[in-house]
Parts: sequence; structure tokens; C-alpha cells
Amino acid sequence: MNALAAKPLGHLDRLEAESIHIMREVVAECERPVMLYSIGKDSAVMLHLAMKAFYPSKPPFPLLHVDTTWKFKEMIAFRDRRAAETGLELLVHTNPEGVAMNIDPTVHGSQLHTQIMKTDALKQALDKWKFDAAFGGARRDEEKSRAKERVLSFRNAQHRWDPKAQRPEFWRLYNARKGPGESLRVFPLSNWTEADVWDYIAREGIDVVPLYYAKERPVIDRGGMLIMVDDDRLKLQQGETVQQRLVRFRTLGCYPLTGAIESSAATLEEIIAEMRASRSSERQGRLIDHDGSSSMEQKKQEGYF
Amino acid sequence: MHGGLATPAPLRAPAGPAPADKPLLRFITCGSVDDGKSTLIGRLLYDADLAADDLIAALEQDSKKHGTQGDDLDFALLVDGLAAEREQGITIDVAYRYFATEKRKFIVADTPGHVQYTRNMATGASTAELAVLLVDARRGLLDQTRRHSVIVSMLGVRHVVVAVNKMDLVSYSQEIFADIERDFRAFAEHLRFLTIQVIPLVAKDGDNLVHASKKMDWYSGPPLLAYLESVASDDNARVLPFRFPVQWVNRPSHDFRGFSGFIAGGNVKPGDIVRILPSGRDTTIARIVTYDGDLAHAVAGQSVTLTLTEEIDISRGDMLVSPVSPAKIGDRLSARLLWLVREPLTLDKSYLLKLGARMTPAFVKQVASHIQIETGLAEPLADSSQTLAFNEIGEAELWLDTAIACDLYEDNRETGGFILIDRVTNETVAVGMVKQSAWTERSARNGVEASYASMEGVPPPDHLLHPTPLRSLVKSLSWRVPGSVITFGAAFLFTQDTGISAAITGTEIVSKIVLYYLHERLWTRFAVGLTKNEPPHDDTGL
Repeated sequence: MNALAAKPLGHLDRLEAESIHIMREVVAECERPVMLYSIGKDSAVMLHLAMKAFYPSKPPFPLLHVDTTWKFKEMIAFRDRRAAETGLELLVHTNPEGVAMNIDPTVHGSQLHTQIMKTDALKQALDKWKFDAAFGGARRDEEKSRAKERVLSFRNAQHRWDPKAQRPEFWRLYNARKGPGESLRVFPLSNWTEADVWDYIAREGIDVVPLYYAKERPVIDRGGMLIMVDDDRLKLQQGETVQQRLVRFRTLGCYPLTGAIESSAATLEEIIAEMRASRSSERQGRLIDHDGSSSMEQKKQEGYF
Repeated sequence: MHGGLATPAPLRAPAGPAPADKPLLRFITCGSVDDGKSTLIGRLLYDADLAADDLIAALEQDSKKHGTQGDDLDFALLVDGLAAEREQGITIDVAYRYFATEKRKFIVADTPGHVQYTRNMATGASTAELAVLLVDARRGLLDQTRRHSVIVSMLGVRHVVVAVNKMDLVSYSQEIFADIERDFRAFAEHLRFLTIQVIPLVAKDGDNLVHASKKMDWYSGPPLLAYLESVASDDNARVLPFRFPVQWVNRPSHDFRGFSGFIAGGNVKPGDIVRILPSGRDTTIARIVTYDGDLAHAVAGQSVTLTLTEEIDISRGDMLVSPVSPAKIGDRLSARLLWLVREPLTLDKSYLLKLGARMTPAFVKQVASHIQIETGLAEPLADSSQTLAFNEIGEAELWLDTAIACDLYEDNRETGGFILIDRVTNETVAVGMVKQSAWTERSARNGVEASYASMEGVPPPDHLLHPTPLRSLVKSLSWRVPGSVITFGAAFLFTQDTGISAAITGTEIVSKIVLYYLHERLWTRFAVGLTKNEPPHDDTGL
């Protein structure tokens, strides 16, 4: 028996209960839900919440990873291990057209890479398996256009988001109705902040990719961003040298597009302390967010998560 | 979908220091367009040093491109996240911001002021405890200010801060401020706010946001942030009667049958007797199951899975409630509706009503009155064919296809609020708050008692036609006594012997009474040939 329940509910308890409620609603009202598993800390929390939401049943949906082929090697290893541990089905999809075109973010740029290897690939995967609801780990505090998104975000048959015509959402009442071909993006972590995610990871003892912890890693300094050399596909430009530096990642994406931060935070407590003292926002290390101040909204309208 | 058992919780890694659990306040900013809501939030984050450096750098860039403040920072751009919003300088949809001070955590919903986006404002208001209502000091209370006041009050927001903004443009005049305060308090008399705080401020300059204004020393109250930190939040959900809408039946194997849901009121522990609605059957809680182990006690605000001591057919949409103060069952609702879409409400059209985890077809029979936004009062409609147009609020009567369990909205937001969904477009067309609930006889027989009876495995009983054993016994005696007198007479006529006649009669009395009683009891099991009186189908319940 758990004595915690007698105490007043804390902030994390409320967030947890809200996320679990959202997942159960979607599972009850949709035909074929799927969880987009992007391997990062938010996905780790979301997967943990899913295990809680349906216990003692297993979450009644598979995990889907849209693999751009440019993820960190440690992320892929972590993904396969977590899938095996939870016993959930793991679906992996890569855009075959992108592979045929040999898309390289350092050559073709982050915008084209994101469009082909992430946005298009995601749409292909959702269509291929006919998923009508996809859980994503996005949070409203991450970025300005995400702050505007509903918990259940409606997408038309072309997967487009219309930010001017979102369904109103009241209390805990979610409208999951949709026509053939239409789908929902569902964000159970909408009301979580970066600090909440780390506090919860610490409280629950959730496993995260080791890249979040500081370690000596081979990096190059490219335009002020520290890019980790994860494999030999990263071509050095003139004047760049690989240096071993004590770094960690605050957010994880494709390795050539994700900047490391210099940090010695090697434990959860140190990460949380560092985050609380930080003067910069979480997505500062994401190149794709700097393509213009409306770039995330543009990507989302086109079907990006 | 039920794919076997999940592995239980792994051993916990050594947990970090418990985060200081500060109380949370959810509030919204609302008011008419251009009254400075987004600017207020942006400036508040900036002054309280809660905006990240790279966001401020981006703000400096954006201010040059889209800003409306000349060379100064345009703080609205810190929150207006959509491209169309930045281009047009208006807020279209509600933006949620998360920040914490030393004393408190906040979730603020910055809502749009434009009439056409009222529904997005209502979205933000539905989960708020407090509303910061902005008023432009030059313009005073506008229609939209009143409409927002009515909506936040209707949605159950009990605390309001009237932020009289742009005081610099009225020379920081105490008289103008006092006039607006008096107007608002007079208007709000009909509304249901528990507290009203009126604060003069200049959002773009930060006067009375985080720091007290030096230019308005006549104002002796707290600045906005200090007030928000101190206002009491009303979390009374756990003292309400127990409410548990069943979201999902959890059935991983034949040995386990649990009911998953979010506790919408009160608390529960194993051994508690609960009533299942709408069937009305009482049962007992066996376990409160969670991934982290069984709980001895669970309270409103938790998501749990309950198991019962008996095998009972319960499905999504049913509600487990306290048998002492159960929710109401009804198929006629009297409710306040806010109409959210351009296509007006159509009477007698079948919409889907969602309340808790229950979805049922419903139609609006009549709109009884409109709420006048100037006064906040209901005005009865003379013409019964009149309905609700975009953004209009009214009192309506709804007829539901099946009876549902619900509470009055003023008693419980979670089980008293509902939405209407268009069956063709799938849009959410209205949000409603239950004021009254009633139950017609017809649905009582066809819907609810039948499902109760079917669980018992017997046909629907009609208690008026169902004799008790005592009645059967009395009936057999009243039949037997005159019958036995005739039997004795007949026996004596043939035998002329009192002894033999008495013996025959005695044997017959005992055997026939038993036989009659058994026969009568047997017939109560069959409904063949029984008719009932149809009660009149009036709808006086509301």
C-alpha cells in the first residue's frame, strides 16, 4: 500500500494524472493509436506514463520511430533496449525516397532534411499503418507556436494543421471525432515544462539516453554550435578540428543539427541544478528552430509533429 | 487490444531531491482586443526575469520587424506565437505560458480579445481559477469586456482581477480609475465572483505589474504579481461526493477486470460501497490498482484503476458515485449554452452530447432565454423558434436519447459540464453547463430499469403488479375459507358424517392452501397477459 495518496496531490501528481487521462480517452475513442517515440527525455516520460495508464494491461498501441538515419548511435541503441524491456511493438520508418536521394542535412540544409526525412516520413508512416491518432511528446513551453496547440490537435486527410480553426477544448472533455483519413496528434505532456520533465525523471527513476549526461565527447565548433562527430559522415570544413570536450545535450535530434552545451553535469541532480540556473531556452540548441521566427509553425502546418 | 500483462514497476533509481511543490494557480488574461493582454504577460515575464535570454534576443529582432512600439520592445511578440498573429498584431488563439516565482507556479492562458475568437477565450477560461480582465482606461467597459466577464463567471471562475491598463494615456487619473471600478462592481453584482481586485497599470512600462508604480501612488493595493502570488486557490474537489466516470475497461486477462478513470470528485478506499449509474446498482470497491502498487486511498485529481468485489457489467461512460449523495440521472437537461460556431443552433437536430466519458445523441428542444451581455441577465425569448447564433449564450432545454448521470455545474465542473458535437462536421459546436436534470418515465422503464434487470437475469419487474408472498398467502386464505365451507357441506351431504366431512375438509384446506400459494408464486414469474397503464408523456420535469 502506498502512503503517498493520503497527502495533498503535488504538482507532478496532477500532471501525471492529467496525462494518463488523456491517453485513456484517446485509446477509448480512436481506432488505431500509435505513440511517436523519438527517444528523447520527453518520449521517455511519455512512455513511462503509458505504462502507468494501462497497467496491469500493456499500452494497447505500438511505438513508432521515424528514423532520419542521422540520429545519434546511442539513441538507436537506447530505443531498441527500451522497446525490448517494455515488450511493446516498435515500428521504424525511414523515407525511402530520402534515402535514395542521399539526403544529408549538412549538404542539403536543415529545412529540406526536416521536410523529407521527418515531415514526409511521418506522413508516410501514419498512412502506411493507417494510424488515426498519434501521441507526441511535445510540450507547450517549448516553442511559441506549440504554446498555441490543443491537447488533441486535429489534422485533415493531408495531415495539415490549421492554427486558425482549432477545436475549442473545455475542461477534460476532448472531441476525438474525425472523418475518414483525418487524424489527431495528441500531446499528453502539453502542460509539462522542461523542469517538470526532469523533476519527474528524478522522482520516478526513469532511464534516459546517456547523451543527456556530461562526458568527454568529440565535437567541432560550427558557427557557434558544438556539433558532435558521431560517425564519419560528418565532413569537416576548413579550419574545423575535432576536439574532446566535456559536453552534454539539453535536447536531442539529428546529430548534425543538435548543438551540445559545455557542462559538467553528470548526474540528474546536477542537470536539474544547471537547468534551473540556465538563462537560455531549451530549444536554443536546435538549428531547425532558427530558420525564421515562424519556422516551427510552418513545419507544423505541413505536417511536422 | 488487450495484449497481456505489463511488467510491474522497476526498482526506482535513487531519486533526486524532491522538488519544492509550490501551489499552482491557473489564470487567464481576457478583455477586449487591443487592451494589452499579450503585452501584459510578455512584460510580466520580462520584469520578473522569467524569459530566457535567447527568447529576449529573438524578441528584439521581432520587435524591429513587426513591433508596434517604435524602437521599444513589443512585449506582445513574446507570446503571440502564430505568424498571422504577429503580422496582424492580434491574438487569435489561446497561448499557454508556464512560469514560477519563489512562491508559486503559474499556468497562464493568454486569450484573444476579438469577438470572432471568443471560443478560444472560453477554452482558456474553462480550466482557470482566476481571470485577469483587462480594461483600456480610455475606453472603460466595452461589450466585449462584459461578454468575457459573463463567460468567465458562467464557466465557474470565482476570482477576477480588473486590470485597468494604459493609465499613462489618461494621465494616471485616479478619478477615471475610480469610475471604471464603480462601473465594474455595479455590473458584476449579477455575476458570481467571490473576489474582485481592481488594479491600475501600464502594461508596456511595467507599472504595477511586478513593481509598484511610482506614478500612481494613490493606489495602495498590491501590484499584479504580488496579488496573484497571494490569492487563495480553491481546490475543493476532494470534499465533494465521490465521482468516477469510467473511461476504459481494463481487462488484460480473464482474471482481472478493472475500471480505469480520473476521480472527478471526493475520495475512495477499498471496502467503500459505490453506486453504478445509470443502472443504480450498489457494489463494493475491492482494490485501487496503480502501476506503483495498490493504494489504500485515492482522491479527486488522481487517475486510477478500480476493481470491484463482484463481476458486474460496467462499460465506458458509466459513473461510479457515492450512494449517499449520488449524481442525478436524467434525459432532460436544462443548461446554459455558449454557441461556438458560425452555423446557428438548429432545434430538433441530433447532436452528440459528451459529458464525462459518456457520449449520447441529444437535441435542443427549446432555447428559453438569451443572456444579455450588457447586464449578464437572462432575458426570456418570446419566439420559441429563436435559437443561438455564433458566440451567443442562452438557457436551453435538451432532450437526450438515453438517460445519463450528471451533476449540476455549480456542484462539480467535471461532471456538470458538457460539449455538443456536430455529427457531420465533427466540430465542437457548443459548450454547456447543467442547471437542472430530469428523468422522464419512458426512459426510466425502457432504458434504465431494463439494463438493471438484465444484469439480474430476470425480466423487467413492475413493482405495482408484483405481489409479495404475504399477499399471495392472504389471497389463498380468502379463497380457501369459503371454498372449504362448501367442501364441508358437500361432503356432509353425501356421507351424513360430521367426522369424515371434517377430515376431508381439513386435508383439503392444508393441501390446497399450499398448492394455491405455490401456483400463485409460480405465476408471478411470468408477465404473460399483464398490462400497464401508460403514464402521460408530459415534460414537466424541468
